Amino acid sequence: MFDNLSEKLQRVFKNLRGEGKLTAENMEAALREIRVALLEADVHFRVVKQFIEAVKLQAMGEEVLSALSPTQHVVKIVRDEMIKMLGSHQAKLRFANEPPSAIMIVGLQGSGKTTSTGKLARWLSKNGHQPIMVSVDVYRPAARQQLAVVARDIKLPIYAGTADETKPSELAKSARREAVQTGRDVLLVDTAGRLHIDDQLMTELQELKEQLNPSEILFVADAMTGQDAVKSADEFHKRLGITGVILTKMDGDARGGAALSIRQITGQPLKFVGVGEKFDALEPFHPDRVAQRILGMGDMLSLIEKVEGSIDQKKAEEMQRKLIDNEFTLEDFRDQIKQIRKLGPLESLLGMMPNIGPIKDLKNVKVDENEITRIVAIIDSMTPRERENHMLVNGARRRRIAKGSGTSVQDVNNLLKQYAQARKMMKSLSGMGGMLGKRMGKLKLPGGLGGMFGGM
Amino acid sequence: MIQTLFGSVPPEPNLLDRLKAGIQKTRTGFVERLEDVIGGKKEIDADLLEELEYTLITADIGVKTATEILESIRQRVDRKLVADAHEIKSLIRQHLLEVLEASERPVPRVLEPPAVVLVVGVNGSGKTTSIGKLASRFKQEGHSVLLCAADTFRAAAIEQLEIWGSRTSTDVIRQQAGSDPSAVLYDALQAAKSRKVDYVIVDTAGRLHTKVNLMAELEKMRRTAVKIIPAAPHEVLLVLDATTGQNGLEQARKFTESSGVTGIILTKLDGTAKGGIVISIARELNLPIRYIGVGEKVEDLLPFDPEQFVASLFE
Repeated sequence: MFDNLSEKLQRVFKNLRGEGKLTAENMEAALREIRVALLEADVHFRVVKQFIEAVKLQAMGEEVLSALSPTQHVVKIVRDEMIKMLGSHQAKLRFANEPPSAIMIVGLQGSGKTTSTGKLARWLSKNGHQPIMVSVDVYRPAARQQLAVVARDIKLPIYAGTADETKPSELAKSARREAVQTGRDVLLVDTAGRLHIDDQLMTELQELKEQLNPSEILFVADAMTGQDAVKSADEFHKRLGITGVILTKMDGDARGGAALSIRQITGQPLKFVGVGEKFDALEPFHPDRVAQRILGMGDMLSLIEKVEGSIDQKKAEEMQRKLIDNEFTLEDFRDQIKQIRKLGPLESLLGMMPNIGPIKDLKNVKVDENEITRIVAIIDSMTPRERENHMLVNGARRRRIAKGSGTSVQDVNNLLKQYAQARKMMKSLSGMGGMLGKRMGKLKLPGGLGGMFGGM
Repeated sequence: MIQTLFGSVPPEPNLLDRLKAGIQKTRTGFVERLEDVIGGKKEIDADLLEELEYTLITADIGVKTATEILESIRQRVDRKLVADAHEIKSLIRQHLLEVLEASERPVPRVLEPPAVVLVVGVNGSGKTTSIGKLASRFKQEGHSVLLCAADTFRAAAIEQLEIWGSRTSTDVIRQQAGSDPSAVLYDALQAAKSRKVDYVIVDTAGRLHTKVNLMAELEKMRRTAVKIIPAAPHEVLLVLDATTGQNGLEQARKFTESSGVTGIILTKLDGTAKGGIVISIARELNLPIRYIGVGEKVEDLLPFDPEQFVASLFE
């Protein structure tokens, strides 16, 4: 729905080709586009103004680098400035000198505190910590039960509380005792959602802070938040002194401009980003990625990392060898598809791609997950020999396979055609060797990816 | 008069007062700043227009709509149709009101109960809480209500709805966590038919509108409903958090495509957020706002009235 900023700028600079310098005149239209893009991304009005001033100062009179077009040059300035504003290094979690460290999770209703608490516990335990959780949300119906179910799902301990513990302070106190007794080093305290203008509940949080002396107070913010983000974040920060931010629901299509606003208003770093419904869908915050996202320039790095994280290294190497030697069989093709499916819904993968060039059209491709199930079913219905050598599959075999997989002969034909194409493409890619080969080796991108997208 | 699925009921006393109390905080902010802008200066100049833009945009009304409003004002100013700053206020009010009123739709009349109300929205928008309040409202109007716990995904969502059920003395049809939402819906609609209740309110799992498979699940629920009650769902209410920014429009668009949204519940208006995105939604998608949520208590759900809403913004 949003026009990509690069494209907009391209239009602006179209008539200015060949200009070697950015001047007040040719920058004005560009800055207007940047402003609109940022406002559409929900960056706060005042923050946008500051940002535009900063970019203007940077860009004015600067020679356009010979390697770049004016568009690319301005985009570079904008992106660099945004990364600078978002915080240029990755902020680490702080822990107390003496365990257990308390981490308070605070925020508005519905921002995603309980889910984030579970995800953070999981992340901590994967990174060598022994977390224990407690919910001190005594207000929302079934809130404590929700965290108990989360704890059960991720198999990490929770302090459930007793029937007579009805106050947040009592629950927190007992939870800390439990953490000490069971030797847990981090206590995650999930608090009730509250409005920043609710004086009584904000006071409650201040008291909890006094009591727990937390090493972190993390403010959970919904990536879809609009202009109001500055008010709530500012108030939470004033009352509590938050130490970091978790930005949730980044797996949607919100541009997340609130991140920039919150960072500007509180000066506190973004520490984590929530990117899905599953409990491992929590990623450390990368300013460069969120900057790209706010500007609508995709999130290739996250995609690459996701691919790297989910692909079996050994299998990938084996696959690469097979590709080069042209031994890529239908069985491998099926394995590839299965591996890609492990990455999650294809829609979310496509969402991470930048909105430029030929990939742009991919965004509008409705990926039919059933289609993939069908492909796997067809390959499953083949004999091992057929999977080894697709040339064997003649008319009679095709009819049998179609019947076995509940598809039509046409579907089988299509699949074989796709496979042959993928194989051919892989062969030519690996044949190119040199730079591309090296890059492919480094990324361990599954070979079937290109072929599959091509076929849809 | 308040319209319901079964015709009109007389308005409760003090509706305006409660509405005002509910969005008191909304008014401070918006109005204060507007008064600042307008009260202080008599002349209409570039500064004033920029301040107005600030006011509109920080209310999440959106760049496009804000620009459009300001452009029409600028034109009138140029043609000397607007004499002073005070007139601008009523011009903006009139414009916002026109947008909201143009999208108003009467609540469909249900000739044969049960009326099925499907409640959808992104995660954390306030669906379950709104359902609790809605159940209480329908009951106060003298109707019988059945709740359907079709959020089988989120941890303890069913329990949360059950607590609202017991608070409002409403039965809840449920299954195990993790079961097929359409199956729960099927049970609930069968039960509603045999018990002859007036309303079935269906709670669904929060889902981001970009998740194609989850959106398809909503389509499936619609199909299931139609099998049992051909006219169902009679209302599909999208629950929208007032703090939502420009993404709200896309939410409304996608949910309308997959589940045929007929109206909006705007929640969390008791904070400082303005919920201005509903103006864009009304403008682009013609969706009426049915209710507003103004607190955590069971009675904190009020019918939306554009005139009162805009009037109390500008009083």
